[in-house]
This record gives sequence, C-alpha cells and structure tokens, in this order.
Amino acid sequence: MAGFLARRLLNSLVLVAVAASLAYLLAAAALDPRSNYADRTPRPPAAVVDAQLTALNLNDRTPLIQRYATWAAGVLHGDFGRSVTGSPVGDDLRRRAGVTFRLVLLGLVFGSLAGVAAGALAAIGQYGWFDRLSAGLSFVVLAVPVVVLANMLILAGTWANERLLGHQVFLVSGEYSDGLDAGFWGRAVDRLQHLLLPTVSLSLGLVAVFSRYQRNMMLDVLGADYVRTARAKGLSRRAALVRHALRTALIPVVTYFAFTFGVLLTGATFTEKIFGWHGLGEQLIDSIFTNDVNTVAAVSVLAAVAVLCASLAADLLHAALDPRVRAG
Amino acid sequence: MTPEPATPPLPTAPVLQVRDLDVRFGDVHAVRGVGYEVRRGEVLGIVGESGSGKSVSSAAVMGLLPRGARVTGSVRLHGRELIGARDRELDALRGRTMSMVFQDPMSALTPVYRVGDQIAEAVRVHQRVTKEQALVRAVALLDLVGIPHPAQRALAFPHEFSGGMRQRVVIAMAIANDPDVIICDEPTTALDVTVQAQILEVLKTAQRETGAAIVMITHDLGVVAGFADRVMVMYAGRPVEVGGVDDVYYRPRMPYTVGLLGAVPRIDRDGRRPLTPIEGSPPAPAALPPGCSFAPRCALRAPACDEAEPPLFDVGPGHRAACLRWEETGPPSAAAPGVAGVPATRVRPEEPVLRVEGLVKHYPLLKGTLFRRRIGTVQAVAGVSFDLRRGETLGLVGESGCGKTTTLMEILELAAPQQGRIVVLGRDTAGLGAAGRKAVRRDMQVVFQDPLASLDPRMTVHDIIAEPLRTHGAGHPARRVRELLDLVGLAPAHAERHPQDFSGGQRQRIGIARALALEPRLLVLDEPVSALDVSVRAGVINLLAELKSRLGLSYLFVAHDLAVVRHIADRVAVMYLGRIAEIGAVDAVYDAPAHPYTRALLSAIPLPDPARERTRARILLEGDLPSPAHPPSGCRFRTRCPKFRSELTDDERARCVGDEPVVRPLAGPAGGRGANHGGDDHGGDDHGGDDHGGHDHGVACHHARRLDVL
Amino acid sequence: MTLSEEQFAEDLTGGPERRPPSRSRVVARRFLAAPRGRAGLTLLGLLFLLAFAGPLVSPWSYTDRDFTAFLQPPSAAHWLGTLQTGADVFAVTLRGMQKSLVVGLLAALVSTALAALVGAFAGYFLGWTDRTLTWLTDLLLVLPAFLVLAVMSPLFGSGAWVLFVVMLALFLWMVTSKIVRGMTVSLKRREFVQAARFMGVPPVTIIFRHVLPNLSSLLIVDATLNVSAAILTETSLSYFGFGIQPPDVSFGTLIAGGARTAVYAPWTFWFVAGLLVVTVLAVNLVGDALRDAFDPSATRTR
Repeated sequence: MAGFLARRLLNSLVLVAVAASLAYLLAAAALDPRSNYADRTPRPPAAVVDAQLTALNLNDRTPLIQRYATWAAGVLHGDFGRSVTGSPVGDDLRRRAGVTFRLVLLGLVFGSLAGVAAGALAAIGQYGWFDRLSAGLSFVVLAVPVVVLANMLILAGTWANERLLGHQVFLVSGEYSDGLDAGFWGRAVDRLQHLLLPTVSLSLGLVAVFSRYQRNMMLDVLGADYVRTARAKGLSRRAALVRHALRTALIPVVTYFAFTFGVLLTGATFTEKIFGWHGLGEQLIDSIFTNDVNTVAAVSVLAAVAVLCASLAADLLHAALDPRVRAG
Repeated sequence: MTPEPATPPLPTAPVLQVRDLDVRFGDVHAVRGVGYEVRRGEVLGIVGESGSGKSVSSAAVMGLLPRGARVTGSVRLHGRELIGARDRELDALRGRTMSMVFQDPMSALTPVYRVGDQIAEAVRVHQRVTKEQALVRAVALLDLVGIPHPAQRALAFPHEFSGGMRQRVVIAMAIANDPDVIICDEPTTALDVTVQAQILEVLKTAQRETGAAIVMITHDLGVVAGFADRVMVMYAGRPVEVGGVDDVYYRPRMPYTVGLLGAVPRIDRDGRRPLTPIEGSPPAPAALPPGCSFAPRCALRAPACDEAEPPLFDVGPGHRAACLRWEETGPPSAAAPGVAGVPATRVRPEEPVLRVEGLVKHYPLLKGTLFRRRIGTVQAVAGVSFDLRRGETLGLVGESGCGKTTTLMEILELAAPQQGRIVVLGRDTAGLGAAGRKAVRRDMQVVFQDPLASLDPRMTVHDIIAEPLRTHGAGHPARRVRELLDLVGLAPAHAERHPQDFSGGQRQRIGIARALALEPRLLVLDEPVSALDVSVRAGVINLLAELKSRLGLSYLFVAHDLAVVRHIADRVAVMYLGRIAEIGAVDAVYDAPAHPYTRALLSAIPLPDPARERTRARILLEGDLPSPAHPPSGCRFRTRCPKFRSELTDDERARCVGDEPVVRPLAGPAGGRGANHGGDDHGGDDHGGDDHGGHDHGVACHHARRLDVL
Repeated sequence: MTLSEEQFAEDLTGGPERRPPSRSRVVARRFLAAPRGRAGLTLLGLLFLLAFAGPLVSPWSYTDRDFTAFLQPPSAAHWLGTLQTGADVFAVTLRGMQKSLVVGLLAALVSTALAALVGAFAGYFLGWTDRTLTWLTDLLLVLPAFLVLAVMSPLFGSGAWVLFVVMLALFLWMVTSKIVRGMTVSLKRREFVQAARFMGVPPVTIIFRHVLPNLSSLLIVDATLNVSAAILTETSLSYFGFGIQPPDVSFGTLIAGGARTAVYAPWTFWFVAGLLVVTVLAVNLVGDALRDAFDPSATRTR
C-alpha cells in the first residue's frame, strides 16, 4: 500500500511539474510584460525597463530557457517570483486561495448533495413528475454557461432587491461589505448575503450534472440482482432502494466527482470574476491582462495541485465506499 | 427429500397453490396459464428452456416482477391470495413464509455490506431481535449451510467468497426465517458440477431443517431427476407436461419432453449414436404460432394441432400432458440409426496436428482494482502436455479455474510460451515470424462459446464469413460464402442479415461457417455449445460431428460439460488447477476413471434418470478450488482428495504432499479397469470389453494403481 | 440486448424472406419517435436557418453602425434594438451565432476524432502505447484549459479562428478518450475481436473495422454533446476577451458587452443569451435522444 501510494504521489508530482512548466513556458512565450511599459507616461527609457524586467525575471531578451531555469529554481525553494508590480506572488496567493477554497467547497458540497438527492429521487420515481421536472430543469441549466448564469443571477437579484423585496437581500459584488460595523452576527449575515448568489451560480450546473449521473447509475442498479434479493428478504421497496441501491450507486458517482472538479475550478474563476470576489480566479484573469507571467504560472501550479488532490480524494472516498477496492 | 421413489403427495393442504397464472409485458404474453401446487416437504421441479416463462412465473409468485408486468390468475399461500395483495402484506410474507434462491450468486449479494450483516438483515426484517442476536443467528445459519469458520466469514464481504460459497450465503438468507416455501430459480446453473453437487446437498439440508416445500426451476433435466418428487415441463410460457418424476422421465406423453430427453448427451452412454435434435428453435413469446406452440417443431404434428392449443389431458394418475396425440407418444427410441455417427477410433492416427509439451503460463496476481499491485503469481497452466493427431478430437475438460481456457489461448496466440513448447501443424510457435504465424492462422481456426459475442454485430453475415477469406487474400468470396452457408445448414439469403437477426443455434452455425472458410486442418472449439439451449445444442453437436468426418478435421474441444465431450471426443484430458489429472481415450477414462478427481467429477454430474439418480452414491468434494496463486505442494488435488482424506496411510500421504505426480500411462489393459468397479458405479453399462483404450490412458496420481490392485 | 430486441430478432427469423431494416434506419426511427429528438432536431434546423438565412433578410449587416441610434430599444428599423456602438442587435447576434455554431461543430468533430483514436489505440495496444497516451491525457486534464487558451488568445486574432478551434478541441477530448479506452479494453476481450485477431487480421485494421464501428454510438452521441461543450467554452472564453477576437463577433463577445448594459438596456443581453441557451439546449436534446435511440435499454426498464 505504501509503495503504491508513493508511486502514485511521484506520478502526480511529475504531472504537476510538467503541467506547471508547460504553463510557465507558454505564459512566458505568449505574454508580453514589456508592453505594460509602452503606454506609461512618461515613457520609461528602454534601459530602465530592461533592468526592471530582468529584476522580475520577465525580460523577453533573456533566453526563455534561462528565465525558466531561474523560475523553476525559485519554485523549488517555495518562491513563485514577483508580480509585474514587484510584490512577491506568494503573498497575495494564500489569502486568495482561501477565498476560492471557501467558494468551491461550498458549491461542491451543496451541488453534489442536492444533485445526488435529486437524481436518486428521480430514478426511484422513474417517469414520474419529479423525474420529468428534474430532467427538464437540468437540461435547461446545462445549456446555460456560468458566465451567462452569473449575469442572469445578478440581474435577477438586483431586480428582486428593487421590485420584490424592497431592500438589499442579495448582494452581488464582493465577498463582504467594506467597513460594515454590525457586530459578529451582522457581519455573518452580510457574508451570507454575498455568498448566496455566487454559490447558486457555481453549484446549479453541478446539481444538474450530478442529478443526471446519479439517476442513471441508480437506474442501472435498480434492476440489479441484489436489490431483488433485498426485496425477496422482505425489505420494503423503499428500504431496499435506500439501503442497497442508493448506497451502491454512490460509488461510481464519487469517481465521477474527480472529472468534474476541473470544470468546477473554471466555473469558480468565472463566478469570482463576475461577482467581484478577490479569489484566485479573478487574479488569474487579471494577471493575463497585465501580462503577469509569474502570477499566471503560480495560479496554474495551484490549479494542477488542486485537480490532483481532488482525484486523490475521490480515490480515497471510493475506497471508503467500496470494500472491493479497499481489499487491496 | 428421501431417496425413496417418488412418494405420493401427502394428504395435507398445499402450501402454495398457483392457478391460471398469466403474465404479460406489453403485448408479450410471457406466461400463459401456469398452475401447480406444492405441499409441505415436497419438491416440484419446473423444467424449461430459456424463454419458456419458468423464471417469470416464479418471480410473479414472489411478486417481484417489474412494474410493467400485468399479472392475472391466482397465487395462494396457505390459502391467502397474493395476486393483488398490497405491497406491505407481501413484504411481510417475502423472506418469512416464502423465500427465493436466485440463479447468479455473484450478483445476488450487495457488494458493499458484510455477509453476516446481510443475513442478519433478513432476520431482523421479520423478527424482533437485537442486532447482536441476529448476527448470532446469521453465524449459525452460515454454519448450517456449510461455510467453514462461520464466525469469521460472517465479517467478510461478498467478493471474498467463491460462487459456490455465495450461493450458500443466499440459501442461508432464504432459510433465515424458517419459510414454508423456497423457490429456487436455477440455483446451480452458474456453478461448476462439483459445486453444484455441494449446493444440491445444502438445499436438501435446508429442506430437512425447515420442512419447506421447494419449487426448483431449472433447464437441466438431470438436476431435478434425483431431487424432485414431481416435475412440470414448460414450453413457450405454458406447462406442457406435469407428473411424478418417474412418469415424466420414463413415460413421457408430450413430444417436447420426449425430444428434450433424446437431445441430451449423456455421460453414461458412449457417443457413437447421434443425438436426436428437435428441429427449429423455440418460438418468441411475441410471435406464437396458432394452435399448439410446439407444433412447428413436432414430428407428430397433425392438422388438428394447428387449430387450437391442446389442454392438459389426464394421461395417467397425477400425470397430465398437453398433446392431442399423447397416446402415440412414448419415450425416445433407444437407438436411431446414425447419420453422423463418429466411427470409434480404435487405433490412434499417426500424423500429429498439435503438440503441447510442458506448457506453462503464469500471470501476475494483482490485487485491488484501484490500488493495483502485484502480490503473487497465478500459475494458470503449470506444465501441460498433450498431442492431437489428424482426424482426432481431443476434449479438454475441467471446472472453471482449471486452466483449460488459458491453455487454449496460449495455443491460439501462436507466440512462444513462457515455458514448454507448442507445435502447431509441425511448426514450433517459438520460431514463428509474422508471415509464418499468418500462414498457420490459415490452417487453425477457432469457434467461440458465445455465438452472439463472437460475431461483430455491425457486419452482415456475408461480411463476417468473408472476413477470413479477405484477410488471406482469396479473391471472390461470394460463391464460397454461399457454399459455406449451405454446408452449415443455412440459406444463402441469410447472408444479407445481421447476426442479431438469428437464433442462438443459427448464430453458432455462422461462427462455424466462418471458421471453415479457409478449409483449416485444426479447429479449436471453446465451449461451442454451452451457451445453447438443450434442444438446439444437439443439432450443433451433430453438425460438428458430421463436418469432422466429411472434411477430415481435427478438433481441440474445450468444455466443462463432460457429457458433451463424451459424445463428441475421441480422447479426453481432464484438467485440475493448471495440470492434467487424467488423459486418455474417452471410453477408457469415462468407464474406468483412475484419478480421484475424475471420479468425483463424473459422479457429480446428474443424470436425467430418476431411478439411477436416487440410488447413485455421490463423491462430494469438500471446499473450493484452491487459489492457483498458492497451489498445494505435491499433488494439487490432495487438499480435496477423498482418497487422500480417508483411504491412504500416512506414508502414502507423505508422498502426495511432497511429490507432484506426473501423467503416467496406466500399465496394461487390466490395470486401468479393475480399479473403478470397486466402489462406485459410474454408469458403466456394458461397454464391449474393448481394451485398446487401456493403453491410451494416463493418470497423474501416485496411488491410482495401488488402489487398482485392491 | 433487451428482451424486446431479442424478440424483434426472433420475429425476423420467423417471418418470410424480407430484408431486415438496417441498424441506422432503426436508430433513425427510434430517434424520431422520441419527442425530445424531434424537438431538438427541429429547433436546431430552425437555428441554422436563422443563422445563415437570417442575415439575407436583415436590412443591416453586422459591420454596419447606425450613428443615429445608440442603444435603442427594438423598433421597426432595428428589430432587436441597437448596441452602444450603434450596431444592429439582430445582425450581430446572427453573425455571432454563425461563428459559435461553426466553431462548436468543428471543435466537436476534431475532439471526438482525437478521443476515438487516442482511446482506441491506447486500449487496444496497452503496454507502452497505453502508458504514454494515458499520461498525455492525464497531463491535459491537469493543465488548466482555460488558462492555456487565455494565454494563447493573442494568437487567435485576425482570422486565425481555425487555430482557436483546434486549441478548443485539444481540451475537450480527454474524458471521452478515457471512456473509449475503457470500452476498447473490454471490446478487445470480446470474442469477435479475438476471432479477427486469431484469423490474422492486422491490429490497425481491427481497430478501424471492428473496434471503432462498435463504438460509433458512443462517438456520435459524444460528438453531439461536444458541440454544446465547445459552444459553452467558446462563449466563456470570448466573454473575457480570450476567444474570438474583434472585429469578429460570437455569442461570448456579445454577452460580455450585453452584460454591461443589461440593467438599463435589457435587449442587448437577453436576446443573445436566450438564443445561446436555446442553441445549446437543442444540441443537448438531439444528443440525449440519439443516446436513447442507440441504446434503448439505457432508459427503459427491463
């Protein structure tokens, strides 16, 4: 077991290293930090720009390989380099990672739980009203990209605030109101108000995907022999379905989770950007606009690590749910 | 169940009474007017082929049909009507008053719960006991069904059990609440013969313990012959003959029953007389013929048969048959003159077609599906040698896990084996290049078990049969395809269809036609008839026999069904755990088995002959096949060997433990024979006293001869 | 095989000599029998008609600017109103739809072909081929697609949208390829593939003759669903300015612009967003109905 885990970890490390290197090389080759200085007034002299870029390890006149070597050596020591403004990339990263993590975790937990529940219900009452309704809704939801959904939610939220509720219930910008002085509970409510729509925007798609998948998995096991055995024992239909069918159908859904995680991260990026949360996703998009090579590379390292962690977590969860896997 | 001849039913009220049971799925009329009753302690066998409605009718009795099914008629359990009863009432009866054992033990248990918990759940559904009490009961039940170390095994998960052990668990679950009726739906079909014998024993124990009535559903005429008191034969959703076992087996009055009995190859009869197949294949439940549904396949068909479906006539005391001409119907004639009889090969031909010497195949043993790692080596084939000569058929038999399929695959791969030598048609596979391999492939063809799986569903029959011709560059295949279709008994018009449009027997004929396309010299057959229904199987067996004698083919015939092998093969090799246990001419091996495993195997096969079944002593093997990753030292069979356990002295045992026996020829004709008439009688009716077989008979057992002398 | 198909088969054998319907015709019949299939196909047809025939009837072209009407609500002159730039919403929306449809279709085609090839070769040959290809697949799964595409966006400008399509496809195939690989591994064990192998048919021929045709239902369905995935990805990228570059327009660029003005000029956002949703919905309906048509057991209980 230990040997296997070590091998797997090593493989993951190699994947992260290669992915990060590729991301760095691509970003360093495609982004042009020099252009940041072009429209400054007064325009700084070329020598100064060069010196500054070199100091940040962003000078496109240094060979790419050399820049990469410097960057990689830094990363190995835990130093992700400096952003275009000169501040260390690592500083801001931790705080932003926390913001993103909170959003993703919440979306994930809500989305998968609601999705699994909806899917299981739909499968049990196959072709019933709930099945039809959830199928129709998930079709529509799956056709709405996060960028559109987020905007729609903002529009709907604003409309509801103004016309329906008469005061600000849904807050659509940032993660909390600056300078709010309302005590602990006041701040908590404020955060909740900010959290509501972004979480919905992020998890709605997830609910749709998981409910479809869970429904199909559930239908697969509904006809399984062991469900029939459970009924033959005298278990009621409900008990047989919940105790035997649902429990077993959860297993493939867990593995499916690893696949959706990457999509979820991208979704989080869009959600953050549109709702003005200062998370990693927002930083990624901003850093591409500002040609901030080191920040882009750092964020992609984190994203790669996150995806691999998710797949590892899915595997562990799979092992926890399935004794056949655990047996090893 | 006592070994008395069928006792007259006890004069008590029936426990379960089924009348006019009808099941429809949409327009498909799957079950039509099934009726039977069983009393306490009685065993009713329901026999039928796939699609005869036997399983659907039992699921209907349990109320376990999918929601789309419409069930009418009457099912009374202790006089209480179940059809139309509310779900809650049925839940209270299921598992308590009536319970069920299913066909496929591999999937009948929920994979994520411990076995003990699953049995305890069955207890707790109907009894007010604590979890601990239920678990204690579960362990006791596991002990009752013969699972060793029950307290420990109760904590294991289903995947840690073999198929036979899982079926024991399912039986334990079925008898957890002392039911009055146990419905067994093909409980042994998915199991090996020796395990089947064990499970039938367990069912007898279960019946003894609970006194329940058993409804035993099967396609195997042998299984019910010794087990049931009464038999109901079903065809196309209807019962066509009902009666005491002896009446139905010895005095059948319905041509279908007669046909079934005549179509089964039997282990106790040598294969020189051809089987009498039933023409055609069973009708689809959606497209039943008018009148008697068996009429289109019936030799006794009269115009009246097509007019209306015949009712069940009383043809004897407690014996009813649905045939207008029942009076003219009788048991199958003993010996029809052979059309395709294989001349018994007394002297082995010279020219070798295939030679296998000391073949070894090891697999890495991987554990876990997710955290996969190697934890050992499976010795799937551990030194197997045999040869196959021109015009001969060698049957390779054994139970699952014995290495017969691995051996076959190694031969088909035409690659250098890990150890040993394979010589196909005079060419050593170790020295074959790509061109040489292709040339050998031309002369060696294969027919697989599952006729549907072995034909590409996207291709037409023409393309399928033409594929080998095209691959080996034979110009215009159209004419040849027509010839081949004709050869295997299909019409030329069939070439345009897809494999899905054919019935099982026809599909296997297509597979055979494809294998014959290049006029091979060696045909490798991997369980070619085991996926087919009995009535269809006989036709394919006859076709194979006929083709062999017409085309001078050599067959390597891999099968688990010893009866089929006896029928078709000249020689047989019995494999156990990667080694050959016994090899020789069929008659020699079947009539005078010298290896304890062969004897156990032969004695485990049920015969469709109730009187013989009741009197026959079975050699029951204990436990499961050992893991091929850790085979026992010395003789691989010793851990389950009845001789090792009870007959040998300590010195003799030491030899079995320390020294792995190799296949040695039994010395002299006499040596092979006397041995086997010692204890058990394996259907050696008279067998002509031919002694050539004695020479061609090798056994891998240290003590085969010693006992012969006794 | 389901019970009904088995019976269907038996039906045919019992009947007189009549040519059985080909599989594609059976699938087509089942597809059209499903309301979802009919609705999706009709909708998709109408959308295509709108995207490619619509501009012919529109008085404005997507490059036109009406300097007399900035951000005007729908009127007789501008059926769906105008943007801040004075562009006609109807004209630019159709243009954006054309682009999105073409990009989506092409990317789906490329990615499905890639998935089929990589998956089938990895699954059939196993060993080193498999390890290399699987590693590549994993790498692309780990690499943040959005980031790579965004970083490369400067290259997509001025008519280089074909490159964009290729890059889009490059990040869509991995999951399908893993499924194809798994199915190939099990197909390889199927007896008809073994039969071909033991007949002497070369491996690459087996892949193209036996493996891929038997995965065609999966691949067709997957290609359909990839169309919607590609459209959605394109939209998201273009929304942030990383996809289709001006002066070209697509759903994404239009929605990005519309979102900014949506509060006081709803027509700039809702029409294009609605069309996008309807398009993707139509494609998904077609895909779902196709899946059922190929594999009736997937939804029907036994």
